Formats: sequence, structure tokens, C-alpha cells
Amino acid sequence: MIRRVFLTISTTGSADRPATDLGYLLHKHPGKAQQFSTSYGTAHVFYPEADAQRCTAALLLEVDAVAMVRRGKSRGGVPDSALGQYVNDRPYAASSLLAVALRSVFGTAMKGECAARPELTGRAMALRIEVPVLPARGGAELVRALFGPLGWSVVAEPLPLDETFPEWGASRYVRLVLEGELTLAGALRHLYVLLPVLDDAKHYWVSDDEVDKLLRAGEGWLESHPEQRVIADRYLARRRSLTRTALERLAVADDADAEDIDNAVDEEADTDEKPVPLAVRRREAILAVLREEQAARVLDLGCGQGQLTGELLKDGRFTEIVGMDVSMRALHEARRRLHPDRMSERQSARVRLVQGSLAYTDARLKGYDAAVLSEVVEHVDPERLPALEYAVFGAARPRAVVVTTPNAEYNVRWETLPAGQVRHADHRFEWTRDEFRRWASEAAERHGYAVGFRPVGPDDPEVGPPTQLACFTRTDEGEGRTGTAGRAGGTDRGDGADRAARSGQAGRARRKIDRNDHVRTEEGAA
Amino acid sequence: MSDTDRTRQRPDDEGAAVGSRRALPVPDLSLVVLIGATGSGKSTFAARNFRPTEVLSSDACRGLVSDDENDQTASSDAFDVLHYIAGKRLAAGRLTVVDATNVQSAARAQLVKLAREHDVLPVAVVLDMPEALCAERNAARSDRAGLPRRVIQRHQRELRRSLRHLEREGFRKVHVLRGPEEAAAAQVVTERRFNDLRHLTGPFDIIGDIHGCRSELESLLTKLGYALARDTSGRAVDAVHPEGRTAVFVGDLVDRGPDSPGVLRLVMGMTAAGHALCVPGNHENKLGRYLKGRTVRPTHGLAETIEQLDKEDDALRSEAAAFVQGLVSHYVLDGGALVVCHAGLPEKYHGRTSGRVRSFALYGDTTGETDEFGLPVRYPWAEEYRGRAAVVYGHTPVPRADWLNNTLCLDTGCVFGGAMTALRWPERELVDVPAERVWYEPVKPLAGEAPGGADGRPLDLGDVVGRRVVETRHMGRLAVKEENAAAALEVMSRFAVDPRLLSYLPPTMAPCATSKEEGYLEHPAEAFAAYRADGVREVVCEEKHMGSRAVALVCREGGTAHERFGVPEGLSGALHTRTGRPFFDDPRTTAALIGRVRDAAEKAGLWAELDTDWLLLDAELMPWSLKATGLLRKQYAAVGAASAGVFPGALGALEAAAGRGVDVAGLLARQRERAADAAAFTAAYRRYCWRVDGAAPDGAPPGTAGLSGIRLAPFQILAVQGRSLADVPHTAQLALIDRLAAADGGAAPDGGPGLLTATRRLLVDTEDAASVAAGTDWWLGLTADGGEGMVVKPVQARLRGADGRLVQPGIKCRGREYLRIIYGPEYTRPENLRRLRARHLGHKRSLALREYALGLEALDRLAEGEPLWRVHEAVFAVLALESEPVDPRL
Repeated sequence: MIRRVFLTISTTGSADRPATDLGYLLHKHPGKAQQFSTSYGTAHVFYPEADAQRCTAALLLEVDAVAMVRRGKSRGGVPDSALGQYVNDRPYAASSLLAVALRSVFGTAMKGECAARPELTGRAMALRIEVPVLPARGGAELVRALFGPLGWSVVAEPLPLDETFPEWGASRYVRLVLEGELTLAGALRHLYVLLPVLDDAKHYWVSDDEVDKLLRAGEGWLESHPEQRVIADRYLARRRSLTRTALERLAVADDADAEDIDNAVDEEADTDEKPVPLAVRRREAILAVLREEQAARVLDLGCGQGQLTGELLKDGRFTEIVGMDVSMRALHEARRRLHPDRMSERQSARVRLVQGSLAYTDARLKGYDAAVLSEVVEHVDPERLPALEYAVFGAARPRAVVVTTPNAEYNVRWETLPAGQVRHADHRFEWTRDEFRRWASEAAERHGYAVGFRPVGPDDPEVGPPTQLACFTRTDEGEGRTGTAGRAGGTDRGDGADRAARSGQAGRARRKIDRNDHVRTEEGAA
Repeated sequence: MSDTDRTRQRPDDEGAAVGSRRALPVPDLSLVVLIGATGSGKSTFAARNFRPTEVLSSDACRGLVSDDENDQTASSDAFDVLHYIAGKRLAAGRLTVVDATNVQSAARAQLVKLAREHDVLPVAVVLDMPEALCAERNAARSDRAGLPRRVIQRHQRELRRSLRHLEREGFRKVHVLRGPEEAAAAQVVTERRFNDLRHLTGPFDIIGDIHGCRSELESLLTKLGYALARDTSGRAVDAVHPEGRTAVFVGDLVDRGPDSPGVLRLVMGMTAAGHALCVPGNHENKLGRYLKGRTVRPTHGLAETIEQLDKEDDALRSEAAAFVQGLVSHYVLDGGALVVCHAGLPEKYHGRTSGRVRSFALYGDTTGETDEFGLPVRYPWAEEYRGRAAVVYGHTPVPRADWLNNTLCLDTGCVFGGAMTALRWPERELVDVPAERVWYEPVKPLAGEAPGGADGRPLDLGDVVGRRVVETRHMGRLAVKEENAAAALEVMSRFAVDPRLLSYLPPTMAPCATSKEEGYLEHPAEAFAAYRADGVREVVCEEKHMGSRAVALVCREGGTAHERFGVPEGLSGALHTRTGRPFFDDPRTTAALIGRVRDAAEKAGLWAELDTDWLLLDAELMPWSLKATGLLRKQYAAVGAASAGVFPGALGALEAAAGRGVDVAGLLARQRERAADAAAFTAAYRRYCWRVDGAAPDGAPPGTAGLSGIRLAPFQILAVQGRSLADVPHTAQLALIDRLAAADGGAAPDGGPGLLTATRRLLVDTEDAASVAAGTDWWLGLTADGGEGMVVKPVQARLRGADGRLVQPGIKCRGREYLRIIYGPEYTRPENLRRLRARHLGHKRSLALREYALGLEALDRLAEGEPLWRVHEAVFAVLALESEPVDPRL
């Protein structure tokens, strides 16, 4: 099934500077239709118009989708590519494939070489480039932000997904028209880098020399581009494996998008490079409780990418740390982050990362000093919370349990969060302070724990803190500890002066929420 | 440990002659320790009396670790190996014989410890041979000829010194053979353990805690069909069932209640007459010690019993003392399928004999703590129980007898004013009589729930993760790989509905063999041919509704789901996808849809006809766009939008170039054809999309949520209460569904007729060419206007082929236009079809059968009332297999 991607490059001219000079620059004769083999199909170049006034070169790529699928073969020669790879839009939409074709068909032009007419190469010319279907994650706005600063006047019109179903909204494609006075080589290099950046597809390039390619093609314009960071990040984004994961196959079985299910890892959330302030406060608060409770052997249940596990490792008082998550991808990321294989034996003996689930009881979790469920409960459907409660308080029964969860009341303080919306797409609920206290108190009562509460983050006088924390301590084992967090009263709130100071700040603070949980607090003038 | 908890040991056994031979009784599960100097003939004795695999020799182990059977420096490692293997054998319940000198007490102590760790009896067999004989035998062996005489002498000395202490060391039987004649004449005879009554198959009536409630016991026995026999004073002394059933008492006959002596008299009479079995409860144990004259505190109702016994004659007291003394801690019955004991028993203790087994059977798994009422805190052992045998017990008063992980507590607190409960086995029916009054005030209220509780019934991670093998009745052992279980764990934990409502996941279905017909990738001829080859004549072609696969659990009444599936009150059922995810985010929509099915079932009379209060339906939910919107937008509509955007410009440019005389004619022609293919693709997916009003208006009561536009096409009733319907012929299934669909027409308050949709079908005889042709035509008609196609199924549902293997439960034949969605807009072009015909169907077919067998298994386990983890294990395995790599286009 050979399909096509398409773009045209036009220029205007006059008798002394005929538009057909474009043919020399492109090294393609305007009177001929030529074809070139590329790794995914055949590229055709032809000229719909070619005279002194106007000259247009068209690049049409016939993609062989059947051959493309065959590249992703796994066992027994059976293609095991995700659904997206065999029924996909590549054959029609300008994308990384077109960029590859640009390079193989117009490689010389891109380098700015022209043996026949060397005087033409450095000359800016009136160019019009049209890409009728351009996948643009980030939409027309990002298209303008990427091409605008390079001297192009940009037209980017979103294409509808299906006019029969207007409720499905716009597609991720735009029709792109670029006009400007630029050198042809520069224009081609812009396209070569920015088309795949806008596509943001992760499937086709897995080579290691991408950095070199980017530096070469970006020479002279990328270093001063205001969106340089976005361009580099997306261009060099980690490629996903060509083979589907077992989890993605389960998404396919349900006609669901892989990302609807394989979404436990948020690559942009709370990284070491860009820590989210509230997440840092949360970890500090949790560590404080664990130290007060003199917990040495600690479970980090729902450890995600291992942020808290990493913090625990830094403190030698925590002699045994088990990070558990249900998501293999999250554990993979946690291993990448903590790389226990590179730790000293003594250090790596302190930590284990295991897959597990709080929907089940688990004999491995018995006998620990403390368990932390940081931002975990809100990811569980309410009707399945009793199973989690039993697995933790009834079966594992650590001496202390620390639970943090968002405070729904605080959401009105996030200026970027629409009313009534939860902070993360996977939150099955968010509790008010009362709701959290009710659940926590009942769970404590049912299982023989005492519970106390603490705010995390600025404690707003009206709506409370952004994160709420509960510390449960087993009541059948009260001796020998100096901890106070679990005792009734006391730790609920800080002292009055402190509270006043915090609420003052909270009033002035401007807060944003990014696409994740994952609250970002920007302290204002304070 | 009670004396009688050892094995049967009749005094006349010891040394009894069997012909000229002497019989040495050995329990069939024990650790037999041979004791004798080197050269005393242990190996010869072992070879003559035991199977070779039962004998573990230290010499052989020395050889294993050092290449030299006589290398004494390797002894330590050799015994490690020996103990390890012995441990594995004992854990598996196999008689084991240790062939080593064992003349030192330290060596024997390790073996006694090993036996105790595995709760089996250690037995000693001593070969006490003259020194000269030993020396002579060693001399005859080339590898031992150089053995110094003093070694034998030392062995002899140590052996003599040991003889007196063997019993005290823990050996429950000691057989001493003196001299070669005795050794040659001795013959080991294995004997059954007291607790092993596997040969008794009942049927049984197992009766819960009685606590002196004689009147209720008599009522219960009468209700169970027993005829009471009375003595001249009118006291019940026996009860006989006309069908020869056997009563089994779980213990706690006495204390607290009004007539403990009366209960003892009746139970002792039944036991003596062979009409009943009885295991001891903790109260009998304490009474036994009292009757023996030991000092016991008369608490927990013992005072009442003592007072009542004081009014009886001495005969009853001594009879009771002997009776209690003779009780065996637990019984394994009915081929091993049933274990009866007082306070519960984990699987590793079944049929075992040790002090801790008895203690567990009598008192349960106490944590050593006491609660606020001063009663021992009991560890919920049943939650972790994963054994195959049903364990029926008492001891802990519960408001209602409920199965939990194949265990059942029958103590429903009669003496506290509850009820006395019996279980009919193997029928698994509960029979009870209420207490006549509160005979004894409980110290604390009855536990709110059976152990584990309605919320608890916990599934354990060990039930599902790792590499697993699931035993199925229709396909034997099916393996699940670790990485597939890992993926399933994530989906099951994060996205699935409550596992208690997830009793089934549908299997994947294989397509027909690839067609050679021009222009087709799939064609019904191949499906009919496949069944013909399997010897299946009658098949039914069912219209394939293009929607999303859905499984619906529909309950008749508000309390049904709570009662049958243990979920909280108020749920009317569940509607989930093929990976167990709920279909609708809004539970009100689910409730509304289930309500419609429930009403239709009522109207169609299905509840009564199927004798059930719930239905499990396999169905297709339409439109496809309802659940697959994300995929449609990201994949399918995107392809349509991209092609619609690119073709006008590209065609225009090519036409202009052609106008200039450039030779693009071939390219242009291809381009036009493919523009048409792309349009056909868009048309194909649009057929399966339409708008629905699925969201309930805010505050609307269930049943009024807008369901307009949604259609549910059930095609099989998978199960009802107590039965799997997976074997019901598809013709009968579809007839039931037709009635359901007809009953739904326009009945709902929102007036939307046709939520429930019938399935069109055609019967085909695969041996009749005309019938096959009619089937093909029918398919062509269905698919000509874009229908998805059909599924061909054997009418008889579950069938085996001539080779004895399961036949595919269905084969799908998808329409030519529909397949555009799957294989891409241009798949029908000859050069593409040619390449696409190389499909590898083997793995898909195997997967379809394995998932089918697991699905059947889940339904069977559900029907038989097996514990949740057993049903879940099979359901989970289906999900795990779904994550195996297979061409997703098949």
C-alpha cells in the first residue's frame, strides 16, 4: 500500500532572474519527473509549473506501508508493531519520513552547493513552501513559534478530523504555507529539523548520531532560536521501542490507545533536573515523619519513578527500603534513575525495587517499620479502596503508615486548573480535608491504628494546604518510640505564628499547575 | 499430643508373625531412621523393605558431593544433601528412609527435628548385629576392606548406649532387630494414619459447634433426616440416617449449654455405632483433662458441664473420658477432598501428625495476643488458605456460615442464641436450626463478618504473579509467562472493575485461514472447510456486530450482587470490556443499561426459567465509537483527515505537470485510484460510528440515564447461579437472546427501543455444498454494504475433534471493506494482497484455544462455588495471555 506525503517549493522571478533557477539549486531538471528510492519507498520530484515568473517543485513520497510494517517483525516473522504502525497516517502526512526524503533527494541543495551556478547559492529568494498536511503536536501556535523567528510569514490552518463528526474536533494536522526571502539551503534545513520536531513521532529514528545531524542542520539558526530548548528536546527525545510492550498489547485488545493505559510514567513530571517544589516539600514532610517514628525498614508503596526511594537512600538511618509499584515502566524508570547496579554492594543491599499491587495482599510486605503511600490512594477507584486498605493496614500491618493525597479544596488556588477538574488525568477522586479525615479515621479504627494529620505546603486559612498527610501508628505497639506524629492532636497544625506567616505567603503566592499532578508553586513578591 | 494421635498401634502388631516373618508396622507417612554399625546390613534391609526411591543413603550422598562414597571428609556436605532431599520428600508427603549409621544421638536429633518440621512421625529401626558379622561383611567389600576394626567397635558401643533413649529422643516407634535371623525375618508393613479416612466417601453431614444444646442438636439431626434412637429413659443415644449418611461433629460438644451430658451421650452413641465421626474441640480437650483429674480452671462454661456431669452416673463420666481420650485431631475424608477439624487447618498440616498439628486443629492459629475481652486473638488463617481440599471447621462464632477460600466455619453460635448449622457433603448445602433461646451470654458480640469479611476476601499477589501454570479441565495445564502476568497485573490493578464482579474475560478469536480467492483476504469458504476438517457438520453463522466486546453481569435484585458476589450493597451488576475495564465512567449509565437488561429478563421470564437471580452475558456493545473514540481520533480519522488534505493538492500538482508535458501519467493514474481507496477507508470506519447520549443527566435516578443510540447485542449467556452455560448449543442460546431482545422493545421509560439487539444467523451444514454456498451468499450480503462479517461456530458450542483436542469455539470471517480498517486503505490492491497473504495464524489459533479453555475454567469454578482466588486465577490468566505478542491484525 503505497501512499504519499507531499510538499511544494515555489519561487517567483523575472526575466533576468528567472524563477527556474530553482531547478539548478535543487539539482533537479524542471522538464523531467524523477524518482529516487529511499528506505521507506519512492520519492518523486516534478514541477507543476516552471517558467521565468513562477517555478514550483513538488516532492511526493510514496510510502510502502506494507514494507514498513515488516520492519517491526518479532517472533516467527510476525509483525508485532502497535496498531498505529500499520494503519497510520505516515503515508499522507509530512513527517520524519519526508525529512529523510528531503535529505536524500535534496541533500546537495541542503548543503548549499551548486556546481553549475555557484553564485546562486548564497542568494535569498522569494520562497513559498506549502505542506498541505503537516502533523503538528502543539498546534498552529507552535508552528508559528517555530517558523516565525526564522523570517517566515506563516499560515497554519488546522484541518478537521472528520467533518461528519465535528465533535471530534480538529486533527493534529495543519496546512502550512511559509513565505519569505531566504536562501533555499536555509529553508530546506529548517524543514529538515522542524518537520520531525512538530510531528514529535517517536518511531522511526533510533540512530545514535542524531545529535550530530541536529547540529549540522541547525547551524546558523538554531543556536539563536527562542524555542531552541523545545526543538532540541523533541528532536532528541528518547525513541520508544519498535516492538510493543505487553502492556500496549492489552490496550490494543481493548481498542484503546496505548497511552491511555501505559501512562504510569510521566516523563516530564518532577525530574531531578526540574523538581516540582510541592513534591519536594512532600518528601521532606514524609521523611520527617519517618525519622520521628524511628522507622528503619520502610516500604515505598507506589514508588513511581523512585523519587522518594532515592531520598530515603540518602539517609543511612533507613536500612532497608522497598520501592514497589504496579507499573513495570515506572520501575524501569526508577532503576534508570537510581541505577542500583552501579551502587556499592552495601548501598544496593539497602534497596529493592519490586512489582506489586495493593489490590492484593502480599506476604513480602509484612514486618516493616513503616509504609509510605505518597500520592497513591487517589489513583485507585473508590470501590477498590477497601482492598488497598486491607492490604496495607490489615495484611502488611507496618508499625506506621504515611499517606499523602491532594487536598481538593485547595484546587481553587491553582489559577491554571479549571473549576471542578482534578489535578491529574488519572486521579480517580480528590478528597477534601473532611473526606480524607473520615476515610483515614475509619481505616485507623478498623485496623487498630491511631491517626494524626499534617499539612504539606502553605496552609491556606480558607482552603487548607495543597497536600494533606496522615500518619497512622499501630496502637498495639506503643512503647519504645519517641515519635509523636500519630498521637491524637498535636501535629495537626503548626503553632499560630507560623501559621499566620504561611497564610500570608499563601495569599500572595501565584500558583500554576502543570499538566501533571504536580503542583508548581511560584512564590510571588514575598 | 494425645496418644491416639499416633498411628494405629495394636499391641499384637509388634512382633506378630506373618507366616514365619515378623511384621514391623510403619506409618505410611513417616521418616524411618535406620540405625546400625557399618556392615550391619542396613542397605540390604532397606532394599528388601522399601522402594529404591524411598531410601536416602549417606554413602550415595557422599558420592554425589565428592565422587567417593567412603570419603569421610565429605560427610558434612553429604548430610546437608541428604537432609535437603529428605525435607523435600516429606514436604511432598512421601515416606522416607534414611540409610546411615545414625548411631550418634546428635545425628538422630537432626532427623527427629526434620520429621517434626514436616509434621511426620520419626520411626527407628535398629539393626543390632554381632561385631564379627559386621567385620566380615566389610571385609568382603573391596572399598571397605581396609576399615579398621575399631570403627565397628565404636559404632557398636554408641548403638548400645543409644538403645534405651530412642523413645525419649522423640521416636514414636522403635523396632529393634537383634541378629541376622531377626533382620532377615522382619517385614515392614505400612499402615494408614488415624486421620486418613480418605476411603470414606460419605455422604456426610458435618455439624457445627453444639456446646450442650442437645435439643437443637436433636432438631437438626431430625431436619437432616436422621431417625433418633432413645433408651428406656427417653434419652437420645443414637441417630441413623436411612440413606446411610454419616454425621461428622467438628467438636465443642460441651460447655456453656444446658445439657452437655446429653450431647455426649448422643454423639458417643452415634460414633460407637459407626453412624458418626467426631473430632475434638478445645472444650473436649479441657474436659478430658478435668476428667483425668488434672487441675483446670472451670471457666468458659466448664463449670456448667461439671455441674451437669455431677448429676450423671460414673459410667457416663468414664465413658466420656475414654471417648475424649480417643479423639483424633482431624480427619481427611472423601479421597482427600474434605478435611474436618475444630479450628481450621492449613494445607501443609492435612493428614500430618504432630503436636503442633493437633494444637492448630484444636485452637487455631493464635497470635499469642488477647483482645479487649480477654479472648485470644485469632490469626485469619483461612484468608491465606489456598488448598484444594475443603476445610470445614467451627470454633469461631460467626453470624452466617460463608465459604472463604474453600473453607467453611460452621459455628453459628447456637449457644449464644444464633443457630446450629450443618453442611451436607458433597452437596455443599447448608442446613440449620435456630437456637431455642440464648443459653449463654456472649462475652463479646459475634464477629461482624466471617474471617476476612465482605470487604476483605482478599486476593493474594501470590495467586497471580510470576510464571504460573493454571490447571484447566478442558486443556490441561496452561502456562502464563512472568512478563505477561506483570502486564496483566498493572491493568487488573489500575483499570479493572472489582475482581469479585469479574468472573470472565472473553477469549480472542482466530480468523479463518487466508483465502486464495481473488480480491479477498478472508472468505467463509475457509471457515466452513476448517470445521468440516474437524468433523463438525452443524455450524451457525452469527452476524458480527461491529462494536466493542462487552461482558455484562446482570443481577435481579438490589441485594443479589451483595449476596452472591460479596460486593457492597446497591450494585446491580457490572459491564466491562475484554480487558476488564468498566465500559462507562458514569456508574449511573452502567446501572441504567443493566436495569434495561434486568427488566427484559423479567419480562421474558428468564429468571424463573433459568432458576437464577443473575446472568452473565457475553455481548457486543455498539457503536464502536463509544469506547474507541480515542483510537478513532488518533488513528483512523487521522488517516482519513491526512489523505483528504493531501490528495487535492497532489492531484492538482500532477495534473499541472502533465499539462506542461512532463511524463507523470503513471503516477497520476495511481494517485487517483488511491484517492478512491482512502475515501473508501473513511467510509468504512464511519459505518461503525454514531452519536449517543450516554451520559446520565445530573441528579437523574438510575434507569433514566440516556441510552439512546447505544445498542447491546448479547450472543451468549455464559453462566447463571450455580451453572456454566458454556455448553448450551448456540441455537438455544440465541433463542433465549431473541426473547430478551423482544422483551426490551420500547419498554424503557426513556422510550428508546432497541437497546437490546438480536443477532442474525444462519445454520450451515458443512458437508452440504448447497448449504455452504448459501452461507457464503449470506456473508456476501452482510458485508456488501460494509457489515463487519460473521463468526462461524459449532452449534454444539464445546466440541472436541477426532484427535481429542478442543475445536475452535468460533472462527471469524471479516468483510472485504471492513478489513480496510485493519490492513489499511489500499490493502485490496493486488500487489499488497499478495504480500499480506503471508499471515501466520498458528499462534493466534493456539492463543484463542488457550484463552477459551481458561474462560471455561473460570465459569466452571464460579459455578462450583470455588473461592474467589480460583476464579480470579483463571480470569487473570486470560488477561495475561492477551498480552502475548501476536499480529494484532488477526
